[in-house]
Amino acid sequence: MVERNPEQLTVAPDGRPETEQPRWRRDFPIDGPQDEYIARRDFTKFMLLTSCAFAVGQLWILTQSFLRRRKAAPAVREIARLEEIEVGQSRIFDYPGAHEPAVLVRLDANRWVAYDQKCTHLSCPVIPRIAEGRLYCPCHEGSFDLETGRPLAGPPRRPLPRIRLRVTGGRIYAAGIEERTA
Amino acid sequence: MVSPLAMEFFVDPGRCIGCQACVQACSECDTHKGQSMIQLDYLDRASSTQTVPVVCMHCDSPTCAEVCPADAIKKTADGVVQTARKPRCIACNNCVIACPFGVPKMNTRMNLMMKCDMCYDRTSVGNKPMCASVCPSQALFYGTRDEIDKLRPQSRPINTFQFGKQTITTKVNMMVPKTSRVEQLDVTETMPRAQRDDAEIDPIMMNLRLE
Repeated sequence: MVERNPEQLTVAPDGRPETEQPRWRRDFPIDGPQDEYIARRDFTKFMLLTSCAFAVGQLWILTQSFLRRRKAAPAVREIARLEEIEVGQSRIFDYPGAHEPAVLVRLDANRWVAYDQKCTHLSCPVIPRIAEGRLYCPCHEGSFDLETGRPLAGPPRRPLPRIRLRVTGGRIYAAGIEERTA
Repeated sequence: MVSPLAMEFFVDPGRCIGCQACVQACSECDTHKGQSMIQLDYLDRASSTQTVPVVCMHCDSPTCAEVCPADAIKKTADGVVQTARKPRCIACNNCVIACPFGVPKMNTRMNLMMKCDMCYDRTSVGNKPMCASVCPSQALFYGTRDEIDKLRPQSRPINTFQFGKQTITTKVNMMVPKTSRVEQLDVTETMPRAQRDDAEIDPIMMNLRLE
């Protein structure tokens, strides 16, 4: 009589004991109690690998933020002449790259704001609604405050990246982009 | 929970009167989601009234679980093979095709294999399965060996079956007459003759083939 695990009910079709069976039979047992049983070694292995994955993820985030800080500031670029845009009007321009649309708004005679046009939710372009004092994203009914770029309504949670502006000699220039998390 | 080990299931097809009470009662069981898991087979309807109630035999080495690619069919500690686990079952029908007794049923609406689980909610607390509690002729009997010995002095239970080259031992017992010397039952005996490998070719079928 071969020795058999007393908790093991199901006998493999060839009738041989558990130790002589292929590995997959131990990994996928037919008996319910054995199926629910988790060995301490397997549990420890799972915990260790999962925490390693978390640690690697944290390191990755750290490296990314370090690299972002090291990146050179984008070049200063002229957007428009001051008289081209009247109070309450806006203009779409590309900044910092060629296909990265941003929006410039003239709030009043001396106040200008510019934001990246990508909604912080799912990157749809936001539409300035100057009369309502907000930037509107039509994809999911998101809204941002026109003066600060902070989210007001809808799914977005992070403010729009603000573009630093500089006014010299009757012209307005974009001079850097300010990523914000809150 | 472990069902009392002294309690066993005995199927005596010779006593079945084909009343379908078990079929109705089965769907009332709380673990069956309103589905009937029992089926009543007619052996040879043209010439006989004999019927056979088919419940899961709860094999020692369940073929349904052996063929399951999704690891969904599990046996409890007391040897009862359960319905496929819903989060795992992929509705592939392997078990339905592989079972020597034809027990598992595919519920296509739920994408789940469901089968007789010996009314696990009842038997695990010591009650009889629904079918055995309603069977008027006791063709389906749930009780101890002593009880069945007293009630059926001319029969004895056997639990070994042959299906082609596969020998199957089961938790559920089948009653055979004490006078017969049979030690194991051939499952294919209950199949229509034309489906069996060793079936003689029917002369009428032969003529049809020749035409």
